[in-house]
Amino acid sequence: MKKKNLLTLMLPIAAAIGLITFNALKNDPPPKHKIAIDNAGLTLPAGFSASTLVDNLPGGVREMAVTPQGDLYAKIYKVKAPAKGVVVLHVAGDKATVKTSFGTGFSGSGMYIKNGYLYASSDQEVFRYKLDSKNEVIDPEHPEKIVTGLIARREHQPKAILVDNNDNLYVNIGAFSNSCQEKDRQFHSMGMKGCPVLDSAAGIWQFKADKLNQHYSDGVRYATGLRNVVGMDWNTQANQLFVMQHGRDGLHDIFPEMFDTKQSSLLPAECMYALKKGDNGGWPYIYYDQIQHKKIVAPEYGGDGKKTGGESAIDPIAAYPGHLAPDALLFYTGNQFPEKYKNGAFIAFHGSWNRAPEPQAGYFVVFQPFKDGKPDGQWEVFANGFAGTQAQTESGRAEHRPCGLVQAPDGSIYVSDDTKGTIYKISYKK
Amino acid sequence: MTLNKIAITFILLLFITAGSFAQTKKPVAKSGGLAASMAGGKKIYSNICVSCHQADGGGVPNMNPPLIKTTYVLGNKTRLINIVLNGFTENVEINGSTYSNTMPAHDFLKDQEIADVLTYVRNSFGNKAPAVTLAEVKKARAAAKK
Repeated sequence: MKKKNLLTLMLPIAAAIGLITFNALKNDPPPKHKIAIDNAGLTLPAGFSASTLVDNLPGGVREMAVTPQGDLYAKIYKVKAPAKGVVVLHVAGDKATVKTSFGTGFSGSGMYIKNGYLYASSDQEVFRYKLDSKNEVIDPEHPEKIVTGLIARREHQPKAILVDNNDNLYVNIGAFSNSCQEKDRQFHSMGMKGCPVLDSAAGIWQFKADKLNQHYSDGVRYATGLRNVVGMDWNTQANQLFVMQHGRDGLHDIFPEMFDTKQSSLLPAECMYALKKGDNGGWPYIYYDQIQHKKIVAPEYGGDGKKTGGESAIDPIAAYPGHLAPDALLFYTGNQFPEKYKNGAFIAFHGSWNRAPEPQAGYFVVFQPFKDGKPDGQWEVFANGFAGTQAQTESGRAEHRPCGLVQAPDGSIYVSDDTKGTIYKISYKK
Repeated sequence: MTLNKIAITFILLLFITAGSFAQTKKPVAKSGGLAASMAGGKKIYSNICVSCHQADGGGVPNMNPPLIKTTYVLGNKTRLINIVLNGFTENVEINGSTYSNTMPAHDFLKDQEIADVLTYVRNSFGNKAPAVTLAEVKKARAAAKK
């Protein structure tokens, strides 16, 4: 009752304010600095600007794929029929409009275009849709099933996908465990001998991009010992697959006598790996400590925070603070951004949860300079402010979380958000 | 000097005695009452629960369930005690969202600590529900062992 009265009172006032604002806008051109301040709520380096292409796509947007014609395919992670899992947008300038959508109840995360096909993953399968000459899906109701029967058990289920220039499909299969303990995440539970998770998960599997109905037995375990990879991209200079690993959680929770909450909030590193066939990242036996710059034996396997190990495991090519959750990797090959960005890496950090009681962090897009296919110099925060206020960042109650990255035909980049379903466009003007 | 000290001690004693008399009138959980249980529970929560369920009890989207006004927290106490004792490994849907991280067993906590932390959770983050008692935890643990 009281609320209603208040509303009745407020309505004419709001209308009056609206009218005044409308008239003011009509008479005066908007101030020129307005765009620079707005930037869709993001903070960016000088010369860059951001806009909101689209907002509130229900279910939140994970990975994206773009076409030269200006279409944008957005993968929705969690949908329930009759909702659709793939939304097709058309981008014109700083706005995108929904053209169509398909994939009834098709939840999942992966989205990739290669050789005239749109690839899309659920948590267990990979499909592809044939594209026509305008890069539009010909038969949205009948995709081809490329891979089936992949493991997805309660942890790290999303399947990141990528197709290389030789018709190989790479699929991340995340570990269904934090650190391969006898009892997952249990206080003082030790690691399983010969971690069985590695047989079917915690690695990158390689399949044929054009062969139907492949199972595990048709694929190759391309790289192992990677706890969970969400962001990956092909580096054309190094001609190599690069991936971002999410490091383990809970060093303090499981072994408080070895790690205090501060150490546990920083360790272990979120790692960038440059992969070759047969590589091993070392999970669960070791983790990478970015402060000591060493591979350290996991406490579940006899480590104490100092003992080094993992002689057969590769070193990361770059390391970032713990728990920030790198969900996308994009090597920038466009011509719009200044020279220093060319062939460098953008990384979308989804933001932490496992730093509490320390303040949460991340929720930003980082730029990592590269030279000749190798990280070269210190990383920097490129786009920040997705979470909202400082308080929203520190409490982890982020407004938006950067999740997917894709390079647009004009050299802008798009950033997706899987919390509110926003897609941002970031551009540079000389 | 000494007289002053005696006077202060006397006044303090008077307050404490009066306080404890006042307390016994309220229906409270054993060993220290609700205030003590809340204080003890807050300590446990900040040390153990906070890393997943977060300082505001809101959990983590898709992973760790919120503890704010859910039937799991406010409903059947035995079910709630068992989640702490045995952990929780089911995919759960709460208010239209699903959560799937693994909650490990916390049977290493003492009975009183479990009573305290659950009393704290049931009376924090906007929750209001009767305290969980030491006897209830003892009973649930004994039943689980059978």
